[in-house]
Amino acid sequence: MAIRRGRGVAAINYPTGMNLGGDPTQALVHSTPTGNFMVTLSSVDLGQGMKQIMAQICAETIGVPTDRVVIDTADTDTGPHCMGTFASRGTHRAGNAVIQAAKEARQVMLEVAAEELEVNASDLETDGQGNILVKGAPQKSISIFDVALSAHFKRGRSISGRGMFLIPRSYPEKETGAMKPSTCYAHACTVVEVEVDDETGEVTVLNVKNVFEIGRALNPRMVEQQLVGGSWMGISHALYETTEPYYPSRDHGGTDFNQYLMPGPGDLAETEIIVLERPSADGPFGAKGPGEMCANPQIPAVANAVFDAVGVRIDTLPITPERVLRALKARAAG
Amino acid sequence: MAKVPVQFTLNGSEKAEFIESGTTLLHALRDKIGDTSPKGGCHQGTCGACSVIIDGELRLSCLTLAETCNGADIRTTAGLAEAGVLHPLQRAFLDAFATQCGFCTPGMIMAAKVLLDRTPNPSREDVVEALSGNICRCTGYEPIIQAVLTAARANSQNAA
Ligand code: FES
Ligand code: FES
Repeated sequence: MAIRRGRGVAAINYPTGMNLGGDPTQALVHSTPTGNFMVTLSSVDLGQGMKQIMAQICAETIGVPTDRVVIDTADTDTGPHCMGTFASRGTHRAGNAVIQAAKEARQVMLEVAAEELEVNASDLETDGQGNILVKGAPQKSISIFDVALSAHFKRGRSISGRGMFLIPRSYPEKETGAMKPSTCYAHACTVVEVEVDDETGEVTVLNVKNVFEIGRALNPRMVEQQLVGGSWMGISHALYETTEPYYPSRDHGGTDFNQYLMPGPGDLAETEIIVLERPSADGPFGAKGPGEMCANPQIPAVANAVFDAVGVRIDTLPITPERVLRALKARAAG
Repeated sequence: MAKVPVQFTLNGSEKAEFIESGTTLLHALRDKIGDTSPKGGCHQGTCGACSVIIDGELRLSCLTLAETCNGADIRTTAGLAEAGVLHPLQRAFLDAFATQCGFCTPGMIMAAKVLLDRTPNPSREDVVEALSGNICRCTGYEPIIQAVLTAARANSQNAA
């Protein structure tokens, strides 16, 4: 009987979005009379930072500071349609829709500015600080605040835009079965080191090293935040969490949070995160969906590490002491 | 059911309510008084999201009957900022990206505050111990632990 050490590796490809009846998200952008921009979405921020990222995307596209953008995700009944914030699709799908809507709004904004400055709209550019300048003659300029006032009170125009991003449904080809069920793959690889006590069956994760390839990180600190939490969640799924009974029947399953095993701050393994940025061709500013995939590679990596440590393959999650002991016993019995 | 009067101090201001006997403090704070900073995660004492400070002690407001709080001094996360300036713990949570959905955050901050009030220079183990009754789904805890340690350092620098 001994504590045995093992190391496991796993790599994953993870798609962004899904292929049910097509995968659309729509967005609307409009300016207030004082030149702030509202983005209306039905996509939900559940802590992953959707609002911040959409504000950055809209601001970058229109050419205003991020704090001039307000994201309204208030109501899925009245907002433009979104399939939902799941399948790691929020940044990619909603982001593309916001870019499209913001481009249209920017065009109207430049047209109004052109009328005020008596130049061609195509000769104008934004300075990112809230002003519109004549290219090559920046002393000739107008603030976006004044442009919005003019649009509202003088020219009767709405500085607004519509964004529609749709990945159409993919059907399998009759002959080959080939299809494109998802787009824009993110990638990850994890190496985990564990100790397995072959007397108690207990698995302890010593350290976790992750590399994530996520397209462009639109907000690096928020990406890191999500990856750190996700890596921990992957370990948690590998070793602890389940709503199913361990045995012998469903009646033995947990019924509430009292009986749902989730690690606390005392159960952390040393964790390393490395981010690789390879901007995607069809993502908003090159982004992919790192959301769900960041909690995936740890699970097979832990299973492989347990195999490396004690030579048994556990193929049911979570990898509880009991399952390890049963597998060891079965192997000993031959 | 008969209503009973309760009277206590919440973040320094007097509150008085008539509540149904058996009402939890969590319910009274959120739905009667309108301080929604304590969150109801499990309503059975296992997640820590509802943590508040009662007379200097960390308490789960979902397991505390409001009528037992007569005359008490109750503190919640909503009362931490002073004149619009965030409390060092709030500042540190923001800077460390220690909050995602935010549901655990008020409970975490209350637990951390009681720790720092008593142990101004805690070790990492002290922080882990103090937060061990609070569950977080999103962050993996490490950013939260770092935030509490950072806030402690900021406090001791200010004191020095
Ligand atoms: S709501 Fe009180 S401990 Fe969970
Ligand atoms: S930030 Fe979501 S539960 Fe902690």
